[in-house]
Amino acid sequence: MALLEVRDLSVVFQRRGERPFTAVDGVSFDVEPGQTVGLVGESGCGKSVTSLAIMGLLAKRGVKISGSAKFDGTELLSLSDRQMRDRRGRDLGMVFQDPLSSLNPVVSIGLQVTEVLERHRDMSRKQASVEAAELLEKVGIPDPKRRLSEYPHQLSGGMRQRALIAIALACRPRLLIADEPTTALDVTIQAQILALLADLVRDTETALIMITHDLGVVAGLCDEVNVLYAGRVVERAGRHDLFRVPRHPYTHGLLASIPRLDAPRGERLSPIKGSVSDNIPWTTGCAFAPRCPNALDTCVQVTPAMEPDPVVAGPRLLRCHNPVEPATAAEQEIMS
Amino acid sequence: MTELENPSSPLVEVVDMKVHFPIRRGVVLDKTVGYVYAVDGVDLSIRSGETYGLVGESGCGKSTLGRAMLKLTEPTAGRVVFDGIDLSSMKGEPLRTMRRRMQMVFQDPLSSLDPRQSVESLLVEGMRAHGLDKGKESSAKRLRELLLAVGLPSTSLRKYPHEFSGGQRQRIGIARALSVEPDLIVADEPVSALDVSVQAQVINLLEDLQTEFGLTYLVIAHDLAVVRHISDRVGVMYLGGLVEEADSDQLYREPLHPYTKALMSAVPVPDPLVEDRRERILLAGDLPSPANPPTGCRFHTRCPWRQETRCDTERPALREIDPGHRVACHYAEDIRAGRIRQHAVEAELVREDWDVVPDDASLAGPASVTETLGP
Amino acid sequence: MSTRTDKIDALSEQAARGDDAGVSLAAAAWRRLRRNPVFLVGSTIVLLFVVLAILSPFLAPHDPAVPMLGDQVVRARNQIPPVQEGHPLGGDQVGRDLLSRVLIGSQQTLLVGVLATLIGLAGGLVLGTLAGAMGGWVDTVVMRAVDVMLSIPGLLLAVSIGALFARPNQYTVILAVAVVQIPVFARLLRGSMLAQRHSDHVLAARALGVRQRSIVFRHMLPNSLGPVIVQATLVLAIAIIEAAALSFLGLGNPDDRLPEWGQMLGQAQNVIDSHPQLAFWPAGCIIVVALGFTLMGESLREALDPKSRR
Repeated sequence: MALLEVRDLSVVFQRRGERPFTAVDGVSFDVEPGQTVGLVGESGCGKSVTSLAIMGLLAKRGVKISGSAKFDGTELLSLSDRQMRDRRGRDLGMVFQDPLSSLNPVVSIGLQVTEVLERHRDMSRKQASVEAAELLEKVGIPDPKRRLSEYPHQLSGGMRQRALIAIALACRPRLLIADEPTTALDVTIQAQILALLADLVRDTETALIMITHDLGVVAGLCDEVNVLYAGRVVERAGRHDLFRVPRHPYTHGLLASIPRLDAPRGERLSPIKGSVSDNIPWTTGCAFAPRCPNALDTCVQVTPAMEPDPVVAGPRLLRCHNPVEPATAAEQEIMS
Repeated sequence: MTELENPSSPLVEVVDMKVHFPIRRGVVLDKTVGYVYAVDGVDLSIRSGETYGLVGESGCGKSTLGRAMLKLTEPTAGRVVFDGIDLSSMKGEPLRTMRRRMQMVFQDPLSSLDPRQSVESLLVEGMRAHGLDKGKESSAKRLRELLLAVGLPSTSLRKYPHEFSGGQRQRIGIARALSVEPDLIVADEPVSALDVSVQAQVINLLEDLQTEFGLTYLVIAHDLAVVRHISDRVGVMYLGGLVEEADSDQLYREPLHPYTKALMSAVPVPDPLVEDRRERILLAGDLPSPANPPTGCRFHTRCPWRQETRCDTERPALREIDPGHRVACHYAEDIRAGRIRQHAVEAELVREDWDVVPDDASLAGPASVTETLGP
Repeated sequence: MSTRTDKIDALSEQAARGDDAGVSLAAAAWRRLRRNPVFLVGSTIVLLFVVLAILSPFLAPHDPAVPMLGDQVVRARNQIPPVQEGHPLGGDQVGRDLLSRVLIGSQQTLLVGVLATLIGLAGGLVLGTLAGAMGGWVDTVVMRAVDVMLSIPGLLLAVSIGALFARPNQYTVILAVAVVQIPVFARLLRGSMLAQRHSDHVLAARALGVRQRSIVFRHMLPNSLGPVIVQATLVLAIAIIEAAALSFLGLGNPDDRLPEWGQMLGQAQNVIDSHPQLAFWPAGCIIVVALGFTLMGESLREALDPKSRR
C-alpha cells in the first residue's frame, strides 16, 4: 500500500459575492515509502494548494475540500485540527519557499528545534538540545552548537532553509513536502539544498513530495513526476520517460520553451502562446486547448480523461486527445 | 546576434566603477559605520549592437552596476563613457536629455509601471519628455507601431497595467523603453518574474527587437541558462567584481574561473540523463557579506582550488588568458592544465546583520527620529 | 497565501468583466466601495447632514436668534421653556427655540469641520510635497518642525492657538483646528511620497528622462494621495469634535446668534444637571456626524488599500 494516497482531491475557494474558483480539480496520485514525487506546474496550477490541503493548512472559511488523502490508511481530510497538528509534527513535515517567514523571528533557532523534539518525541530539554545540534550538523549548518542560540534574521537565506529542513526532519517524518524550497535561493545555494534533500531522502528513506515550477530541479531529483495545469494533473510518468518523450503538448511546450545551459547558442526558443490565465473550464473541454498547438475540435468539446498512454510503453498517464507524436518529441529532444 | 557595426568602438565603456553604499547607524545622528561594497572596481565595455550578459548571484552587485551605468545610482568612483561622451560629471538637463539614448527594462513589470496611468499615457510620457511627440496624428501612429512591435493588441492603449498578465506587462515595459528610440537597453532580470511558459515569449521578443531596431543590450540575470541563450558575451560577477568575461559559447565550453565552474555546474538542466551524469562542484557556505568582503581574492573563502597565502592576500586582476577571455584568478592556467586539484573547503558562517541603504543616502536618510514610528 | 488570494481575486474579476473597458484603479476602488455596507451607512449619515445643513433655513420653524419664549425663562428658579406646542424640543436658557438652533447649527458645524480640514489639508500637502519631493535639508527642516508640533497634544495646541487671539470668533476656531492638522497631513504625505520615491515606477520614469517636476506631480503625488484622502475624512470628524471642544472651553465664537453645536454644548454645561436635553441634542448630533465621517474614512481606507482586499 502506498504511504500517501490522494484521490480526487478538489479545493474550491468560495468567497461571499464572488463566483467559486476551483484551484485543485480532482487530483490523484500516490507516494510510496522512500519515493520522491514531483508536482510541477506554473503559478495557479494548484500545486501548492494541493500540498496545503493534504497538510490541513488551508483556512476553514471560504474553502471547500473534497476527495480523499489517505496517509498510511488514515484519512487526513477528516482528522480534527488537533489530530492533524499531531500528525504534522510526527509523520508529515513541510518546508516552505520563504524560510524567513516560516521561522518565528523572535525565538532562537535552537528553541524552535527543541520545541518540536520535546513535544513530539518526549525528550527532556537536555536531550533535545543535544539532538538539535546534531540535526543542524546533519543539514550542514557550520558550528551548530553556537547557532542554537541565534535568531533567524542572523542567518543567511540558505542557512535558514537548512534550519527549516532540520525542524521538519526533527521528528523523523515519513513524508516530507517541500514547496518550492529553493526558489528564493541562489543557484549555488540551491544546488547545496537539493543535494542535501537527495541525501536525506536516501539515508532516512523519507518520502518526498517536491513542488516546483523548475523542470530542471525535477529532472535530477524526482522518481515520478506529475505535471499540473489549471488544477489537474495532465501527465504523469517516471522522470526518464517524461523528459525523453514528453507526450502532453503542455509538457512538451514547457521543455521546448526553457533555454538550456547545454543547448547550442543562436537557436530560437519555441514559446507556448498566451498566458496561464488563457484557459477554458475543464468541464467544457481541455483547459490547455486555447494555448495548445495540437488542439482539435474535440479539445474544446470533450473533457479529456486521465488514461494510460496508448502509444509509448511504460507506466504513463496522460490527459490529452491529441498527444505529441513520440517521434517528433524524440527528434526535437535530440535537436535541442 | 546581429553583425557588429563597428567592433572597434564600444558603445558603453565602464572604467574602474565603484559603488559603495554607506551603512548608517545611530539614533539621533546618523553615523556612517561602514560601507557595502556593492560594486568594487569593474571595467567592462559593450560593443555597439551586441548583447552583453551580466550574471551573478544576489548581492554580487550586478543590478547596482547596471543602474550606475545609467547614472540612476551615483557611482562612488569610476567613469562611464557612452558613445564617446563621458557621463561621469554630467548632471541635470544634459543628463536628462542623454537618458533618451539609454533605457531600462525592469524585473517586476507591475511595480515598474505607474498603476494610475493608462498604457497610452505611460508610452507617451517618454516621447513628450524628449520632444518626440509631434502632433496628435504622428503620436497615435507611433503608439500603434510600438504596440505592434511588442505584440500587444491595439485595444491596450486605454487599459491600465493591472488589467494585463505578467508577460503582457513586461511587453508594456519594453514598449516604454522603445518609445524614445534608445541605442542601449539595460534589462535587469527581464524574465525572472514571469511564468516559465511566458519567459520564452519575452526572450524571443527581445531578440527580434534587437534585429529590428539595431539595439545594444545589457542583460542582467541570475539565470545562467537565460544569459547564455541571449548574450554574445557574458560577464560573471562575484561580490562586486567581475571574475570572468568571455564569449558566451566559449564561457560555457571552458569556464576558467573556479566560481564560474561552480555556478555552471549548479544550474539544473531539464534532462535526467544530463543530471545523472553531471559532476557538481558544491560550494561550501554562503556568499560573504559585501559589507565585509574577504581580503585578497573575494572568492578564496569558498574556492576549492584556493592556494596558500597568495589567494588570501592579493586581489587578482582581470587578465586576458585567451583572446577575448578574461579571468580574475591567479591560478587559472594551472587549474586548466590540471596542475592544481580541488580540495575540500570548510564552510564559514556568514552573518546577515548588515543593513543596506538602498539608494543614494541623501534621498533615503530618515528626516526624523520618529520616522519608523510614523504612519 | 496573500499572493494566491490576489490571483484568485484577479481571476474572478477578469471573468466578471467585459473585456475592452479599461478600468482605472480609482474606478476599481469605487466598485469595491459601492458594495461595502460600512461605506453605505457612513455616506448616508454624512449625506443626510449635508442636506439638512442646506435645507435648514427652510426646515427651521423659528428664527434661532430670537428669544421668543423669553417670558418663560425664570433665572432665579433655574426654569427654562419646556416642550410645548410649536416647540418640540422646548427652548434654551434665554428662550430661543431649541429645534431651530440644532437645525441651523448643522450649517456652522459642518462649515467649521470642512474649512478646518481643507486648510489643514492644503498646508499639509504643501509641506509634505516639499519635504517628500525635495528631500535633503528641506526635508529635514520641515520634518523637524512637524515633529515639534506633533509632540504637543492636538487639543492643547489648538487651545493655545485659539487663546492667541484677543477676540475669538468662528474663524479663529477654524484656524486653530486647521493648524493642528497640518503636521498630521504633512507627515502622512511625506511618508508615502518617500515610499513612492524608491518605487520601481518612479525609477522607471527617471530612467526615461522625465522631468523631475513631472515625476513629482504625475507619479509620486497621485500615488501618495490615497492615505491622505482617507485621513481627511477622518480629520473631518476630529475637526468637528475639536471645534466643539474649543467652543466648550470658551475659546469659540462668543456671538451666539448663529448657533453652532459645540458652542451650544458649552453653554449647556451650567445647566446640565437640571436640563440635560440642552446638551443631549447637540452632543448627539456631533457624535452621529463624526461617526458618519469615520465610517466613510475607514471604508475608503479599505477600498484604496490593495492589501486589505479580502
